[in-house]
Amino acid sequence: MAETATFEPKIVGFMCNWCSYRAADLAGSARIKHAPNVRIIRVMCSGRVDPTFVFKAFSLGADAVMMAGCHPGECHYIEQNYKAMRRYSMIEHSLKQLGVEPDRFRLVWASAAEGQQLAEAVDKFVEDVRKLGPLNWHANLAESDERLEALANIVKEHEEALEVLP
Amino acid sequence: MAEKVGIYVCHCGSNIAGMVDVEEVAKWAGANIPDVVVSRDYKFMCSSLGQQMIEDDIKKEGLTRVVVGACSPHLHEKTFRRACSNAGMNPYLCQMTNLREHVSWVAVDRSAATLKAKALVSASAERVKMQKPLEPMSVKVNPATLVIGGGIAGLQATLELADAGYHVYLVEREPSIGGHMAQFDKTFPTLDCSACILTPKMSEVGQHENVTMMTYAEVEEVSGSVGEFTVKIRKRARYVEYAPCTGCGICIEKCPQKVVDTVFEAGLGYRKAIYTPFPQAVPRVPVIDVDNCRWFKQQKCKVCQKLCPTNAINYDQQDEVVEIKVGNIIAATGWKMFESKGLPQYGYGRLANVFTSLEFERLCNSAGPTNGKIVLRDGKTEPKSVAIIHCVGSRDTNHNEYCSGICCMASLKFGHLVLEKTNAEVYSFYIDMRANQKGYEEFYQRLLAEGMNFVRGKVAEITDAARKPSEEGKLIIQCEDTLQGRQRRIPVDMVVLMGALEPQADAKETGLKLGISCSMAGWYTERHPKLDPVATMTDGVFVAGVCQGPKDIPASVAQGAAAAARVMGMITKGTVTIEPIVASVTEEECSGCKICNTMCPYNAIEFDAAKEVSHVITALCKGCGTCVAACPAGAITGAHFNNQQIFAEIEGILWDAKPQAEPVSA
Repeated sequence: MAETATFEPKIVGFMCNWCSYRAADLAGSARIKHAPNVRIIRVMCSGRVDPTFVFKAFSLGADAVMMAGCHPGECHYIEQNYKAMRRYSMIEHSLKQLGVEPDRFRLVWASAAEGQQLAEAVDKFVEDVRKLGPLNWHANLAESDERLEALANIVKEHEEALEVLP
Repeated sequence: MAEKVGIYVCHCGSNIAGMVDVEEVAKWAGANIPDVVVSRDYKFMCSSLGQQMIEDDIKKEGLTRVVVGACSPHLHEKTFRRACSNAGMNPYLCQMTNLREHVSWVAVDRSAATLKAKALVSASAERVKMQKPLEPMSVKVNPATLVIGGGIAGLQATLELADAGYHVYLVEREPSIGGHMAQFDKTFPTLDCSACILTPKMSEVGQHENVTMMTYAEVEEVSGSVGEFTVKIRKRARYVEYAPCTGCGICIEKCPQKVVDTVFEAGLGYRKAIYTPFPQAVPRVPVIDVDNCRWFKQQKCKVCQKLCPTNAINYDQQDEVVEIKVGNIIAATGWKMFESKGLPQYGYGRLANVFTSLEFERLCNSAGPTNGKIVLRDGKTEPKSVAIIHCVGSRDTNHNEYCSGICCMASLKFGHLVLEKTNAEVYSFYIDMRANQKGYEEFYQRLLAEGMNFVRGKVAEITDAARKPSEEGKLIIQCEDTLQGRQRRIPVDMVVLMGALEPQADAKETGLKLGISCSMAGWYTERHPKLDPVATMTDGVFVAGVCQGPKDIPASVAQGAAAAARVMGMITKGTVTIEPIVASVTEEECSGCKICNTMCPYNAIEFDAAKEVSHVITALCKGCGTCVAACPAGAITGAHFNNQQIFAEIEGILWDAKPQAEPVSA
């Protein structure tokens, strides 16, 4: 397919003001060349990344989303990146149920000193997303029996939960 | 009413224009982004002409929003906000996007770079329309300062501030101030007596009317923010009352319990169970080491109490937690020595006459355990040959990759002392001789002339297994001499390991309390590695000395003074403006679920039991936005980073993507 051969994924990267955004700045100052596919949105902390931001990006056609923060234990806001880490697992899980390949969503840790590492992570991510091809949410949605079963289970669980409520 | 957006794309000389088609980006933005009324590109937006252009357009074209596509907002956000402000626009209605660090400097393909630049400009343009005017908050600065660490960097910072007339709380973990410098005999390259230049500063601090010194104390908790920190300090029980003690030293003299001093004397000497670390200690008030005191261990003795002329000994003393309020904090927490046992091939701890550099400092020190005589571990034999091994634990991928900076010169100093005090041959085993400060190269030349032997090569092993009669009873240094290109075995009597400087074991923990992050190696991260080496990412918290990275005494002193100057600037100004990026709760929408309450690491969210809603204490909020993302009702707004703004930014950044589903609504 001609399209996949030249496929340039559009990736939204949510990066925290203190570590990962500065790592991207450092990659720039050090002229560390890397793929231009990750378009960066600055947030104060990776803990600010509301799951809806990720879903919004996918719904608008992003091929992938990257979320980057300070290393665990190095958060500028003490421990908020741990919250980002937990949300990451939750979002990954939800994306699976929605029919988006979980590999399209990645969490990266990069300190302000790690321009090189961030650039490598970006390159790796772009390469991996290229293999997946463009986001084709609708196709995945229709195909997956597994996903439908998971959804049915959630509905069932929800109904059961409602029964117990007074 | 629609906003009027102005877009400014900077060439940055050829820095951006060389890789991004800036004219095209500006033209495209003007034609395609809704509400854009002005879209220009210019050679240098940060120049006064560039800024003037923005100001004129705001006035003439009635712009209500400004987007500048240039370098990182960490560099010029303030510049462009000021320009907007000068033209009467609220500075928070200006948005910067990074077309240099994030685009032109990292891209290799012009069309891809231009496409990315368009996406970033589009994102900022959509976002800026949603931005709201904000007023920076002003906070009063408490003129008192906390200095953590009483080593040379902390002492310098303390004196600078105290001499300027401001109050300083100096907290030191050990029983006396002075730090590592107090342990040294001489300082390189001038060979000044370390104690002679340090102790005057120590006693000045100890007697200064503007200094509250707390030794044998540690910072337990820090809350608040720049201008008004509240700090809890635990003053450990000394079991000697501060006020009545005159420091006469009778208690120390008469104490029957000798203890090996592993801290100040580096394990080479003894102290008593009641002690001051060294004779010139400040304060002169001793402490009782409860682990070794006969009274605490066996409820016998009480000699010190019986003999104290002022009844200062109090075995019932308890730790005391004091709370102080300060406007700024300087962390000068220092370093620890690399544990040389981590390199078993060098035999430290197994081969008696292998010493660490700190042990050797004490051997050389005329006030040390040998009165300055350089002798072997037996305490009497003078060595006939001494080997000094550089880079023990530094420049070593298995331990610390960094260069500890000071060891080359300290080795030369040791070499000089050995040559001066003994008739021994001295060998230095180095990888590279680093002598890049004032007077250092000259010092190296001096030692070459004095007859110190230099062998270029990393030592493979130190062993006592002799192969020849001449090696019997010696320590043999096995190393590759890279200048001669051959293996050598050099037998010596004594070995000194120049261990790496390492971050304090609890550096991370202390950093978390203060809001300072650490580098991968564990040194405190400064705000900018070149242009702001004393401030940290937390406003009002500064760093000085080795805790920020290995450095020598002059550099530590300079950084201590620099940190003090920064603090003085804040005090003299009296107030500090802080970014109004904080969260707030819309009470009508809050269900009172309290999810946000536990999210906040600063305890800035309180539950109002009467109204059954949560609210944010603005003064404590640092604006991370985690609670905003966590609120299931969307009742929390994060100023300048609210959902609407970020959704708009996502829409803008994906201007060229094909929507896949019904958009998720805000």
